[in-house]
Amino acid sequence: MSHPDQAPPVIGPDAESRAWIRGLRAEGVRGEDARRRLHDLLLRAARFEINRRRGSLPHLRGGDFDDLAHQAADDALLAILGKLDGYRGESRFTTWAYKFALLEAAVRLRRRAWQSREVPLEPEHWSVLPGPDASPATSAEGREVLGSLAEAIETELSRHQREVLVAIALNGVPIDVLADRLNTTRGALYKTVHDARRKLRTHLADAGLRFAAEPEEASR
Amino acid sequence: MSERRTPDDLELLRNLLGPEGPELSCEQCFAELDRYVELELSEADPDLAVPGMRAHLEGCGACAEDHRSLRALVEAETAPE
Repeated sequence: MSHPDQAPPVIGPDAESRAWIRGLRAEGVRGEDARRRLHDLLLRAARFEINRRRGSLPHLRGGDFDDLAHQAADDALLAILGKLDGYRGESRFTTWAYKFALLEAAVRLRRRAWQSREVPLEPEHWSVLPGPDASPATSAEGREVLGSLAEAIETELSRHQREVLVAIALNGVPIDVLADRLNTTRGALYKTVHDARRKLRTHLADAGLRFAAEPEEASR
Repeated sequence: MSERRTPDDLELLRNLLGPEGPELSCEQCFAELDRYVELELSEADPDLAVPGMRAHLEGCGACAEDHRSLRALVEAETAPE
C-alpha cells in the first residue's frame, strides 16, 4: 500500500512503449516502418504546436507552417533516435517522443517571430522599471521594492547577468532566441537568470524588504 | 497596514525575482516533463514525484510553454471521442 507522502513508484514501460523501442531498434523493413510511423507521430505533434501558436505569426503562410512542421519532425526524429537509451519508461513512449517535436516546433516558431527584430540588451531598456514616483498605478510598497530592485540591477549584477535578466524578464525576449544571439544554450541562460534573481532577492532581504507572490493570500 | 500591490507590479516582480525556493534546471525540466504531465493527468501528485518542477515552470516562460503544449497534446490524444 502506498503512503500519501511517498512519490508514486516508478513503473517500467508498457507493452506498446516496449514495442516502439523494439521496432525503432530493429533493422531492415521493420525498423524503417517504425521510424516512418514515429515521424508521422512527430509531424502531428509539430502541427498541433504550430496550430496553437500560429496567431502570433500572422505574416507566415500555410506553406511556411508546413515547412516548419516537417523541419521540427525531422529534427525531433533524429534527436529521439540518438537518445533511445535515455527513455526510462516512466511515461508512455509517445508522450516522451512528443516533447521533442513540441520543443523543436516551439523553438522554430519563436525564432521566426523574432527573426528581424532587434534583441534589446542595452542598459537604457531596463529603464522600464518604474522609479519611485513613476506610476500612479503602482502601490507605495511596490514602488519601494521596485526602486530597490532597480538599484540592485545596476549595482549587484554583472553586466552579463543584467543584460540577460533585462532581455528575458523585462523585455520579453524568448530565452531560445537570446541563446541563439549570444551563441549559448537555454539552460546556460536560465542559470544566469537564476543566479541574478538570487542576488536580487538577497538585496531585498538585506534592505528589509520582501516579495511574496501572493501577499494578500499569505496575510490571511 | 501595507497597500496591496497592483497586478502589474506583481507581474514585474515575478519576472524579476522568479520563484522562491529550489527549482529544476531547464535540462532537468525537459528530462522530467513527460512523466510530470502524465502524473498531472492521473491521480498521483506530480509535485511530490518531481520536486522543483512547479517552481521552474513558474520561473521559466519557455519551459512553461512546453509544459502547457505537452499537457494539451496528451489530453487531446487521450480524450474520449
